[in-house]
Amino acid sequence: MAVDLARMARRWEGLILVLLVGVTVWASLGVDGFANGSNVSFLLLDTTEIALMALTMTLVIVAAEIDLSVASTLGLSCAVLGRLWNAGLPIEAIMPICLLVGAACGAFNGLLVTRLGLPSLAVTIGTFALFRGLAYVMLGDQAVAGLPPAYTSLATASVGPIPLATILVAVLAVVAAVVLHATGLGRSIFALGSNVEAAFFAGVRVKRIKLWLFVASGTMASLASLVYTFRYASARADSGMGLELAVVAAVLLGGVSIFGGRGTLPGVLMAVLLLGAVRNALILADVANEVLNFVTGLLLVASVLAPNLGAVWRRRSSPQVEGKSVT
Amino acid sequence: MTTRTPWRHTALLAGLVLLTAACGGTTKSDVEQQASASATAASSAAADPNAPIKQGLKIAFLPKQVNNPYFTIANGGGIEAAKEFGGEGKEVGPSDASASSQVSYINTLTQQKQDAIVIAANDPNAVVPALKQAMAAGIKVVSYDSDTAPEGRHVFVNQASAEDLGRTQVQLLAEQVGHKGKIAILSATPNATNQNTWIEFMKDELKKPDYKDMELVKVAYGNDDDQKSFTETQGLLRSYPDLAGIISPTTVGIAAAARYLSDSPSKGKVKLTGLGTPNQLRKFVKDGTIEAFELWNPADLGYLASYAAAALASGQVTGAEGEKFKAGKLGEYTIGAKGEVLLGKPTVFNEDNIDDFDF
Repeated sequence: MAVDLARMARRWEGLILVLLVGVTVWASLGVDGFANGSNVSFLLLDTTEIALMALTMTLVIVAAEIDLSVASTLGLSCAVLGRLWNAGLPIEAIMPICLLVGAACGAFNGLLVTRLGLPSLAVTIGTFALFRGLAYVMLGDQAVAGLPPAYTSLATASVGPIPLATILVAVLAVVAAVVLHATGLGRSIFALGSNVEAAFFAGVRVKRIKLWLFVASGTMASLASLVYTFRYASARADSGMGLELAVVAAVLLGGVSIFGGRGTLPGVLMAVLLLGAVRNALILADVANEVLNFVTGLLLVASVLAPNLGAVWRRRSSPQVEGKSVT
Repeated sequence: MTTRTPWRHTALLAGLVLLTAACGGTTKSDVEQQASASATAASSAAADPNAPIKQGLKIAFLPKQVNNPYFTIANGGGIEAAKEFGGEGKEVGPSDASASSQVSYINTLTQQKQDAIVIAANDPNAVVPALKQAMAAGIKVVSYDSDTAPEGRHVFVNQASAEDLGRTQVQLLAEQVGHKGKIAILSATPNATNQNTWIEFMKDELKKPDYKDMELVKVAYGNDDDQKSFTETQGLLRSYPDLAGIISPTTVGIAAAARYLSDSPSKGKVKLTGLGTPNQLRKFVKDGTIEAFELWNPADLGYLASYAAAALASGQVTGAEGEKFKAGKLGEYTIGAKGEVLLGKPTVFNEDNIDDFDF
């Protein structure tokens, strides 16, 4: 069974890679203005926040939990930044405070999930509204501008066609991939994601790991908020509205099972790029926005459907599943 | 006990970082000082008022959001103008009115090497870095409807002076309510550049002795969303049963408010005015829900913005004060202070003249 799953996962990532290469080749040949340095740079920059949050989201979903409050945490962190900047604090002091705010948001989610045993879907839908609401309380309807040009230009600067923000993503991606795929902690995350009771009895510190995953997710969201705020040179309470769906979408398209216990980081990163490239190419080709949303939706439905089609087919062909009931 | 040390380390580290940062960081006042020190230099390129409009200019209209009737009309006017001067106009944009999604479109238009971008900004600052990159790539930028920060565009085509619009809406409503009673404003999003400026002028107008018996009780926000505007209207009438009138300076808001009022017992009693389009409000003017409302002609706004973009891209103007350009059927316009071009005074629509307009 485990071998079967591993093979399927490899196949899925292979499929995403083929799709990514296919879209890139098609867009380079067929869409004017796609294949050049500055467009690649725009494309990468546009996926920065999604990629950052997708890194920790991958770990959270592999652990069979979900964090739908990431975009609201991003918004709250932006609002805190704006409020403190207006109050005259130096930006270098505000940034660590923002990260702490993100960590606190994550810890709040994590404690509700681990200490009270509440389902993370329900908890983070709640905090999704709570954190966004807090953001509006902090900053109201104003857009805080006039942030230091040194930082705003840093957020959009690039080395060749590669934006600095993408280098940040790459470094953190390596860290996350090593943690997930090459450490004991990573193995524990997979273990508790596939069968939490078995993991618990095998000595995995389930609650502690989950708590820290939520803290990491919140901190990453506030790191994304810093990139977001400097990139747009404007701090607002409505920053990043709706990004959580893009993040979850990329993670699922990347082959991470929504039921936990399965998935790889390279798959997720390719999915982030695939969604970004499709969107970018379609906009360049003057495709209307409605069609754009339709195509993205289609990719997502396919991503949830395709891996499960195999399972459905196997279930049909072998009706006698022993030992475990299939729901 | 060992389990507690990570917390302690983190807290210590955070404290240290905060301390060091607080000692010598960049604060808001630092940035403001730097900004005032390097006051903007005027553009040095010379304009040639007699240069012909170039043929085949590619002009892209980037509204706050697509499928918004107001922008569809405005951009229709702009695309028509482009046809007149032998250019090629198109409308692109996000389906949600957010600043960040406009930025991806600006980047894409830069990539497509358009000759000019005509934009209505969702956030005056968030679009500036992307627009600066566009300008650096030789693209001319015209803002219309909602301005960007001045460094993000060459020319701003203003639909009507904010002062005229703010004051005339109060005057219109005051006539209808007999200069007395409680009034409310139903606006768009709380950070909409336009609406907030108009509301400031409305408040200023209300300070005049003529309006001493009128009281502004609330500014509600419908977020330019039909359903939200509808429920906000409902809420206003519930909270203030003796409300005399509502001003809604947004086309989405006034239509939603009219729809609510026309089916409620307050129809005709609670006066409604603001900014709307004749086609959208014709039925409510005919059934007595609305006596009179006003607007500039959005098709003309797009038309003028299109000509301004062409004049910039052809080198007739650079965006400096005092330069003149011709805008087809609308005649000649002069660029004012801060690169602003003013379309003209708003038109009042009522039962007598509404059938003369079709937009």
